[in-house]
Amino acid sequence: MFAPDRSKYPEMVDGKPDVDLDSEKYVKIWHGPQHPGITGNMSLELTLCGDEVVECKTHVGYLHRGFEKLMERRTWIQNFPVVCRIAVPEPAFNEYLYAAALEDLAGIEPPERAQWIRNLNLEMMRLASFMAWLGGQAGAFGQGTIGQWTITHRDYLLDLFEEMTGGRIYHMYMIPGGVRAGLPDGFEVRLEAVLKRCEKLLYEIELVLLNNAVFKARAVGLGVIDKEMIDRYGITGPNQRACAIERDVRKDHPYLVYDQLDFEPITGTASDCYERTVVRYHEMHQCIDLCRQIVARMPKDGPFHQPLPNVLHWRIPPGETYVKAECTRGEKGYYVVSDGSQYPRRLCIRGPSYTHAFPVMEKLAIGTDIADIAGLMVSLHTYPPEIER
Amino acid sequence: MPLKDVIAPFYVWKRAFEKPYTTAQPIEERPGAARYRGFHTNDLDLCIGCGTCETICQNAAIDMVPVPGIEAKAGDSGLRPMVDNGRCCWCALCVDICTTGSLRLTNEYIWVSTDPDAFRFIPGTNDNTWADKELGYRRDPGYRLLDYERQDMEMLAPDQGVQSFLEVVKGYSAEQARIEAERCVDCGLCVATCPAHMDIPDYIKAVRDGDFEAGLRLLYRTNPMPATCGRICTHRCEDVCSVGHMGDPVAIRWLKRYICDQVPESEYAGILQDQFPDNGRKVAIIGAGPGGLSAAYYLIKLGYAVTLYESHEKAGGMLRYGVPSYRLPYEQLDRDIDYILSLGATIHYNTRVGRDIELSELMEGFDAVFFSTGLTEPYGLGVEGEKHPRVLSGLQVLEDVTHDRDPGVGKRVAVIGGGNVAMDAARVSRRLGAEVTLLYRRRIEDMPADPEEIHEAQDEQVHFVTQAIPVRVEDGPSQQQVNILWGEAEMVADKAGGRPRPVLMEDRIHTETYDSIISAIGQGGDYGFLSDEHASKVEVKRGKVIANEYRQTGIPKLFVGGDIANSTADAISAIADGHQAAVGIDRFLSGQL
Repeated sequence: MFAPDRSKYPEMVDGKPDVDLDSEKYVKIWHGPQHPGITGNMSLELTLCGDEVVECKTHVGYLHRGFEKLMERRTWIQNFPVVCRIAVPEPAFNEYLYAAALEDLAGIEPPERAQWIRNLNLEMMRLASFMAWLGGQAGAFGQGTIGQWTITHRDYLLDLFEEMTGGRIYHMYMIPGGVRAGLPDGFEVRLEAVLKRCEKLLYEIELVLLNNAVFKARAVGLGVIDKEMIDRYGITGPNQRACAIERDVRKDHPYLVYDQLDFEPITGTASDCYERTVVRYHEMHQCIDLCRQIVARMPKDGPFHQPLPNVLHWRIPPGETYVKAECTRGEKGYYVVSDGSQYPRRLCIRGPSYTHAFPVMEKLAIGTDIADIAGLMVSLHTYPPEIER
Repeated sequence: MPLKDVIAPFYVWKRAFEKPYTTAQPIEERPGAARYRGFHTNDLDLCIGCGTCETICQNAAIDMVPVPGIEAKAGDSGLRPMVDNGRCCWCALCVDICTTGSLRLTNEYIWVSTDPDAFRFIPGTNDNTWADKELGYRRDPGYRLLDYERQDMEMLAPDQGVQSFLEVVKGYSAEQARIEAERCVDCGLCVATCPAHMDIPDYIKAVRDGDFEAGLRLLYRTNPMPATCGRICTHRCEDVCSVGHMGDPVAIRWLKRYICDQVPESEYAGILQDQFPDNGRKVAIIGAGPGGLSAAYYLIKLGYAVTLYESHEKAGGMLRYGVPSYRLPYEQLDRDIDYILSLGATIHYNTRVGRDIELSELMEGFDAVFFSTGLTEPYGLGVEGEKHPRVLSGLQVLEDVTHDRDPGVGKRVAVIGGGNVAMDAARVSRRLGAEVTLLYRRRIEDMPADPEEIHEAQDEQVHFVTQAIPVRVEDGPSQQQVNILWGEAEMVADKAGGRPRPVLMEDRIHTETYDSIISAIGQGGDYGFLSDEHASKVEVKRGKVIANEYRQTGIPKLFVGGDIANSTADAISAIADGHQAAVGIDRFLSGQL
């Protein structure tokens, strides 16, 4: 395990390093917001001593669109096209959670077929999101070619989303009450072809990335998350499972049809950048497997949408609810309050990036080489828009 | 470091020889998926400009704008959506909510233009290449964002209905009314079509909000007889309801009725304004039917002293004497009338102008005169023997029933006609225990009666014989009976393009015996009260008095309204006339007309 020489560190005063910039021993640099190693518009203010980071501070605000407030001024249905923008690379989880929260409050039960289609959509989304991440993870360590392959394969998945939902990035598909349409004809066949291509790619990724001496040299031991940090920092998802803690909302609090699917949460033990990559790599295989299970077992006919009242005047009975789902990066939750009007009283969205990119990143960065910051950041798999709701 | 970790990455060397993944635009085409949400297109002929797309758009990317060549008409605002592609996010909620299904998205997604304004366009009018593309996002029939199904109205079963004169329609429950009110999309096409231009979306909102006092105030803004219209209105609003294009129209009439049913009459005074200024001028109103009562209400609100002259012993006109109580119970009519009269109108009952008092006296004694005397003279059948004592007039039968007199229709009745009077006469006869046959010269779809009346009459086992033309009336086997000869007709297309007309087939004549024949083929106005001098100045064309938009006749201080002056001859038009005449009288007397 990586053991830095603590003697070079500035002294800690009140929990903060005592950095005297005039001493010329330290330098402050901005990592981002346009840095390719940052997964979106976010910035790290780094204080360096030589190559080593002695302090890291996360700055957000470059992507602030005020979603939560904005949604209080829009009707329930008008928020449906808004929520997908809260995590650009994986909008489907937002769509699902918003729909599920409204269905919970309004007492709507989506038809069974809609549940299966939603589940398929979410697992495809997870795979597509991991594809984007994988390219970033490799790219952060200088292996840019891998990103070109994975982004292409993500595009093949987006083609399928386009067919299924009408949109490549913002699907706007899981509308409260169900989904907007069934699967197109022959979709299963084309999905299987893409899944096969993805499997082939993953095999190559294993060779070129997971069994790569350079990658191992840089990723092993980088950004180790202590087991005792997990609950203190609220770490979830693969970041947490790589630390040998088997928690997964899909398994622990099954939603949609996860309780009917055969899968086990994937865990690792080393809890470093490399282990997190391996966990996610196996989760990608798991996504492919779950997609196949769903397609094989889902109902092919039947209603896919439970009729809503006229959405222009849709009022939801007063109440509050919290719904959660396992998104690609961990537990994502929607807290929704209705006061019985046509507008949400409060909508609070809590994504895993909120902790992963803030306190966790700030802690793990200390003692890391400046060159590894990008790799560390990507290994936490954060999406800045989720922080700035 | 294991040797494998150094060698393994080289396994993927083959990728160096792979073809590129990218599409070589513009050599290669990549059309959007069949469901792709690309640029908008709109079927302008199907579109009615209801504006629900504009309402639901959360980006405010849609504006409803006038389009050259498209005129506003009943059920069409004449506006069409213009999409700002700089704001649009292609969520397609506009497509999902479109009440006619005219708006949709195509799968076209590439568009290059040097004109920055070109991105704000009116789908359907532009000559963009995608306008006729078949592929692209449409709402799947398996899902909907509007409620297309009307709440069922509970009614007396037809076999119970014919037993008595109890009101057939029972009214909505609170839950039904709320659900029905939620179906409205607030487009307002109904407002433009309603003769009285009632604030329909607003009072429907009052039902949604459960605020019946606000609802009642809105109703009285444009219609002082809402309890009546909530029951028997011809509801042209519902004919143009945008929700009706893909589902059942919103039950606007029943919602109006629901508001009135929720507010006790005793509370009207506290909810509605009932103190008005007195401007010292006087107006006489001839005829206390819906037109006269409406004029009275709005004139009183404007500060005029109003005196009504009514030839019957009660007010209400055709609503009381022409509409049976199973459609409009007298207490509901009285509720509307009592409130109007309680505001201080003077009314002279049993006073017929022209008989008990001369029009010229009124013209001298009042600042203005409004008359809505209605159509009271039934047309004859126009066949030989029509004066037979067993040939009754539909209006007379209905009036007799109102007076609780037995019209003596007998046990076997033939009703001739296809309008509301014919339906009412037939249904009244059923309630009096008769077997009823209804003869009409055209087809059922040509009948001028309300479709509901036709259906309810059929449900009550009125036997319909269509394409039947009366030829002659003869004495029957006994004094209490009468024979009618009628011939079958064939429908002949009109060469001028009008509606097909029935032509008698001479060889197909039938003879039937009935206890009575009720003639209900229409009625005309009685202008007997106009002196020659007045008559020469008041223009009458095809039985209707001609008036300007303020219902002013050729005599400046004489105003007219109701069935005698409008072509639609229904209660709501008379009420609208009364309101408009009140405005006209006020303008006239203040020198603005």
